[in-house]
Amino acid sequence: MSHDHDKKFVYADNAATTSVHPKVLAAMLPLLGEVSGNPSSLHQKGREAKQYIDSAREKVASVLGCDAKEIYFTGCGSESDNWAIKGAVQNYLERNKTDKCHIITSKVEHHAVMHTCKALEKKGIDVTYVGVDENATVNPDDVVAAMRDDTALVAIMMANNEVGTIEPIKEITKRVKEKNPKVVVFTDAVQAVGHIPVNAHDLGVDMLAFSGHKFRAPKGVGGLYIKSGVVCKALIEGGGQEKGKRGGTENMPGIVGMARALEIANEEMQDDNARLAVLRDDLIRRLLELPNSRLTGHPTKRLPGTASFTFEYIEGESLLLMLDMMGICASTGSASSSKSLEPSHVLLAMGLPHEIAHGSLRLTLSHETTQADVDYIVECVTKVVNRLREISPLGRN
Amino acid sequence: MYSEKVMDHFTNPRNVGEIENADAVGEVGNAKCGDIMKIYMKIENDVIVDVKFQTFGCASAIATSSMATELIKGKSVDEALELSNKAVVEALDGLPPAKVHCSVLAEEAVKAAILDYYKKTGKDTTELEKICTGCCESCSAHDHHHDIPTDED
Repeated sequence: MSHDHDKKFVYADNAATTSVHPKVLAAMLPLLGEVSGNPSSLHQKGREAKQYIDSAREKVASVLGCDAKEIYFTGCGSESDNWAIKGAVQNYLERNKTDKCHIITSKVEHHAVMHTCKALEKKGIDVTYVGVDENATVNPDDVVAAMRDDTALVAIMMANNEVGTIEPIKEITKRVKEKNPKVVVFTDAVQAVGHIPVNAHDLGVDMLAFSGHKFRAPKGVGGLYIKSGVVCKALIEGGGQEKGKRGGTENMPGIVGMARALEIANEEMQDDNARLAVLRDDLIRRLLELPNSRLTGHPTKRLPGTASFTFEYIEGESLLLMLDMMGICASTGSASSSKSLEPSHVLLAMGLPHEIAHGSLRLTLSHETTQADVDYIVECVTKVVNRLREISPLGRN
Repeated sequence: MYSEKVMDHFTNPRNVGEIENADAVGEVGNAKCGDIMKIYMKIENDVIVDVKFQTFGCASAIATSSMATELIKGKSVDEALELSNKAVVEALDGLPPAKVHCSVLAEEAVKAAILDYYKKTGKDTTELEKICTGCCESCSAHDHHHDIPTDED
């Protein structure tokens, strides 16, 4: 069955990563060539590089609705997540001369947030993992109810990487700040920035993480918004780069590329999203026609390109590999996709039983996805699900 | 990640299906762990004349089921009892360490089917009763003879 279709290829894993936009590559090339200076140098080559990085910071700030001085460049989304969480906690501990405090996060966070919180837990920091409803939405009431006198940080993602649900970050932030304005609110917006409108000042959050390669910049560059007046201790000490907050000579091509990519994403967002939502909804409607299939994540408050499902009686890795052989790149939260025995923590937190969570599939579309691609995905997923169900002993009664 | 043989047996699994009025049926694993294997046998004069399987699981679970059925087809029940997970892994040109438990499941599915046959034919089942439940968790919990690498990295 894998050879029915020759050379057809559909990349439907854009939440994992995207391809570099040609205009982004063009913007980066001078930084890999003649613009070779170190922005920390005082001489002309340094000043030239400094202009590029200043301009990049302005562009990013303008799209994210904040001031340039509030944008810090990092090596990736995971670094931004680690920095925000550890930096905020460290500041709380130092300010309050204590070695104990409390963090509130959710059960559906990306591993970069979840594992950072787990690591802090081992060091004696208390962590509350608030649950979600069946659509993976965090209830602001639950966050507020979890707040304690020693709560230092609330870390809730803006959009879920597995099921695409958009969380009520503005509401959560407002409610947390009403109860205690000193609590730092951080959002991992890695899946949101470049895909849905994100305005840092309007959201009211204190910190917000993003990653370039999720919106057509290259891998290896990310950023963290830190609101003016909010203190986040440095994670990487060094030669005073990023106002002494993040050491290390700047990834100039990456930073310039990320700024250009964000500008392009912002310009094209409205048109792209209108078109994407139509394709996504068509894909969802047609795949839900398969018996014993379900949509995971919020039915409407979801990322425009994300369609995620479970198919009962089959296992996600098998599904993924058969689709791969048909030229379709997708993703699964099944246990087999990782080394653990557990399926996706996100699907389990949404209340799905293990056996159903093992049969998950995530398809994430992009500006390049066409109606013909969606037709092909529907045709192939239908074939593969039916084929794997023929092999499976489940669902026969 | 997977050998060509694994991919071959995954994409074109041999002996898929069920046998009506089978002389032996064995099922191991559970849906919670993400693997279930069910093996059906037609046995004549203690020889496995036909064998079929149904598997819910990852690519290596399907491939090991397929290979295990190939290895025991036409063999005597006694010979089939000697099938080890290691033999299944070797016949597939290897499995990633994290997937070796699938070969254990295949071995146990064969043994579970033969246990069923022993019970139906009134043979002594003492030795076979010791087989594990087939859940991936129990595989690491009991000290069996399975060949599983301890370091999964």
